[in-house]
Amino acid sequence: MKFIDEYRDADAAKKYSELIHNITTKSWNIMEVCGGQTHAIVKFGIDELLPKSIRLIHGPGCPVCVTSLELIDKSIEIASNPDVIFCSFGDMLRVPGSKKDLLQVKAEGGDVRMMYSPLDALKIAKENPGKEVVFFAVGFETTAPANAMAVYQAKEQSIKNFSILVSHVLVPPAMEAILSGENCLVQGFLAAGHVCAVMGYNEYYPIAEKYKVPVVVTGFEPLDILQGIYMTVKQLEEGRYEVENQYSRAVDKEGNLTAQNIVSRVFKVGTRKWRGIGEIPDSGLVLQDAYIEYDASLKFGLAEIVVEEPKECISGIILQGLKKPHECEAFGKICTPERPLGATMVSSEGACAAYYRYRKK
Amino acid sequence: MKNFSLQCPIPISDYPNVLLAHGGGGKLMHNLIAKMFSAAFSNDILLQEHDSAQITLQENKIAFTTDSYVVKPLFFPGGDIGSLAVNGTVNDLAMSGAVPLYISLGLIIEEGFPMDELWKVVKSIAAAAEAAGVKIATGDTKVVDKGKGDGIFINTSGIGVMEHSLNISPKNIHSGDVIILNGDIGRHGIAIMAEREGLEFDHKIESDCAPLNGIVNDIISSEIDVHCMRDLTRGGLSSTLNELADSAGCAIEIDEVSVPVHEDVRGACEILGFDPMYVANEGKFITIVPRQQAEACLEILRKYNPESAIIGRINSANEAIVKLNSRIGTKRILDMLSGEQLPRIC
Repeated sequence: MKFIDEYRDADAAKKYSELIHNITTKSWNIMEVCGGQTHAIVKFGIDELLPKSIRLIHGPGCPVCVTSLELIDKSIEIASNPDVIFCSFGDMLRVPGSKKDLLQVKAEGGDVRMMYSPLDALKIAKENPGKEVVFFAVGFETTAPANAMAVYQAKEQSIKNFSILVSHVLVPPAMEAILSGENCLVQGFLAAGHVCAVMGYNEYYPIAEKYKVPVVVTGFEPLDILQGIYMTVKQLEEGRYEVENQYSRAVDKEGNLTAQNIVSRVFKVGTRKWRGIGEIPDSGLVLQDAYIEYDASLKFGLAEIVVEEPKECISGIILQGLKKPHECEAFGKICTPERPLGATMVSSEGACAAYYRYRKK
Repeated sequence: MKNFSLQCPIPISDYPNVLLAHGGGGKLMHNLIAKMFSAAFSNDILLQEHDSAQITLQENKIAFTTDSYVVKPLFFPGGDIGSLAVNGTVNDLAMSGAVPLYISLGLIIEEGFPMDELWKVVKSIAAAAEAAGVKIATGDTKVVDKGKGDGIFINTSGIGVMEHSLNISPKNIHSGDVIILNGDIGRHGIAIMAEREGLEFDHKIESDCAPLNGIVNDIISSEIDVHCMRDLTRGGLSSTLNELADSAGCAIEIDEVSVPVHEDVRGACEILGFDPMYVANEGKFITIVPRQQAEACLEILRKYNPESAIIGRINSANEAIVKLNSRIGTKRILDMLSGEQLPRIC
């Protein structure tokens, strides 16, 4: 298939593997930020092609995995309301809350629907004026423009029975939180290509400078990732810490300004609690005051709910790259994709689920 | 083929929708059976009009199977619930090497279901049964209250005779055997998904729903020593391979590049975040044969579908596991699907 097969070519992958072997003289820890990249690395076995001295650390870039338990519990509370049609992206439905998940709510009679776009949820709101329609607005900078557009259109069209449960997170603050951690092992980053397609990569210059880490904007196909690793290792070996762009076919420095405009019109930066990590200041998006009537958490009076994470799940440590999934006591034993303890075992982008599915070790 | 292009024999103007009474045992039900079902499925066994069909079989071993069909939407590109209900059961029989002969037809219809849609389903069942060479031997109709069904549910059971002496079973899978697939995968699942979600592609992706008894008959009558066969249904190729590895206690190795997937299906999977290895099929199966007979078997399969291919092999191992040689030359586990395949967010 055009634009896919070229980036999955076995000979080219082998060449990149050799190039990386040739330039590597020391041990390096590189974090791929995005869950989509983790999935590709494990699915294609990309780490098998690397020198043993290069360790890939799987980052916190799976929006499903980092959505806090209390937001999941809020979603379950709202979805259980008989007057609500609750709409969500598919992989949120199986994420365990404190007591159950959204699929169980559906089985108990809740009107829970899987969507590909928040604009479809808005359409449902128009068609069902007697119901409250709530969209679970999860994601990084990638899904924010579409979610913003849904709220913007709702206001423009005076649709009152639509709201969103906002769980938006931002990549750069998470990278900073990891870098400023006491036990930080990360020496270089593969930045998330699709986030940069929206936001550009100007935000990474201060991070690269302050923490002296190379940041390479990287795509998602095997050759993208191998090239991104090559560029990162080259910088590390040469003692450079610059922002480079491997994914130039999709990303430019400024990003998608139209998308950025709609996001900043509807959302503003706010504090966000990350599952397994805790609160990170200025690490999420919340609705602007002008759009606050579309905040489902306020509309349903759930703003004050606070839930603590379970003790046995170490997803926070996994998400910071301090441990690999198979180093968890629960992995594959009491925690499996069928009965996940934490969100990293749920989404196919979660590091634990990816390891379980493709390695079982 | 019978006159399936005729108008529905029930005067639709009288009853544009199915009523509870159409399953109530009275005149309406009698009319529905006589005018619609008996007319469409007419055969000597059904026309016995007994409480049970009486069938004479030779002294062969018999294969017997049942399956229920609840697909949504009822009509999709390349098929509908009717053809699916016939082909699904025919294929289950064919996978044990049996020649499918008779199927039963249980309809659970939701009150209010449009009569012309019922007629479309009935026509499709009749056409599929004719194409597969099976008779509808007996049937049952129930109508449930509005809101208690989802249009129509169908159950079919089937009987076939085993005219061969092969031992077609996971237990007969041996190390060194070769796995052959009869064409490209993923079309049925993507066709349904696209229809259900209102997704449109440049070219409509059609389900691969088809009967497999003809191909199987060709393989068996060519004296191929078939060790096992299995059709790929809901969990896709990956789940079928895992089931077989578990039952046979063997290690399976698959070459990703040799598994045919059409461009449009691959494209749809990339967009939706699906892996074609886990997407449903309705007219695809794998045949496991000794290595020496792989080419002969492949030749037969290619007469039906030139994309048929040898996709892997059985290795000696103590562990029941499916491994995939990836496109870029690495190895990984091909695991069974947990729960439903849910689309990814980004």
